[in-house]
Amino acid sequence: MKRMILVTVLGFSGAVLAEGGMLQESCAACHNIKGPATQTLKAAFEKKGPALFYAGNKYRQEWLVSWLQKPSRIRPAGMYYGGHIKPGPKGDEIDTSTLTDHIALSKADATSVAAELMKLKPHNDLIAKEKIESGTISKQMGEMAFNKFLGCMACHLIEPEYGGVSGPELYTAAKRLQPQYIVSFIRSPQAWEPKSMMPNKNLSEVNIQKMVHYLETLSKEATNGH
Amino acid sequence: MATKLVFLLLLTAFSVQAQAKETPADNYKAYCVQCHGSEGTGKGVNVRDMSVVPRDHTDAKSMSGRSDETLFKAIKEGGPSIDKSILMPPWGSTLSDEEINDLVQHLRMLCKCKFG
Repeated sequence: MKRMILVTVLGFSGAVLAEGGMLQESCAACHNIKGPATQTLKAAFEKKGPALFYAGNKYRQEWLVSWLQKPSRIRPAGMYYGGHIKPGPKGDEIDTSTLTDHIALSKADATSVAAELMKLKPHNDLIAKEKIESGTISKQMGEMAFNKFLGCMACHLIEPEYGGVSGPELYTAAKRLQPQYIVSFIRSPQAWEPKSMMPNKNLSEVNIQKMVHYLETLSKEATNGH
Repeated sequence: MATKLVFLLLLTAFSVQAQAKETPADNYKAYCVQCHGSEGTGKGVNVRDMSVVPRDHTDAKSMSGRSDETLFKAIKEGGPSIDKSILMPPWGSTLSDEEINDLVQHLRMLCKCKFG
């Protein structure tokens, strides 16, 4: 009897997934999967996870498959950060008791959800505008450019234990994100999310391209370190 | 003609909605608190590794040394525009001039001070 129920449940979940049902049923509780982007701060404060309605323009599919099976926190102070801080003796600190973990999916579910997410590409126009120039930059040069001269570390961790915590960690960005998305988002965060916490720093084309190379350097180092 | 008018009205209504102004308190909460702290004292959740400590917005002495124009410029164009830290980014693509003016007034409320 138990086996029959299990088979029925599995069969059902397969059918639901095939129609992208898990996105509607489970993911939509915390993620914006239909768009449009958040238009007001009141709505931004309520966000529980990143918008996924342009996931196919943003993420690397292989990373999604792997992360969904073994999710780890990317934004140390959660989303939105202001809902997860408390006053401490030295100033604001992360209130970990308010953070919740992302559910882990089976390999089959992760593969199928990632495939569904990759179909969501409403911003092909923004992606098509971007070209990636090949190149490399040493970690040292990148650090000089992007932390001393541009200040990314104010809000982002550039190493597991170094940098700000309100934004997503940068040392895994190139593993997670498509390079054209990185370029487009740095060029104009507001084109993707009008209420993004990320400012437009008006970087030159050369610096945007260097930034991608630096993120690739950081991600490779993070991979080697694990 | 009537159709055109309706279209124009709709367009106006939409663009006003798209540029709906946020309150200075919400803008402060969204963009400033991460570094300047929930109390505005410069002790935000991001400051641990910073080489330059963010401004304490409740410090009447230092805040009264900055004109409204200087504060406006710092918010819109970033720290380096007033010879301050790169860690303060430019918010000119995030906030409208009107919202930045409102934020300047919000800072005056936090410091309980005026310029001069």
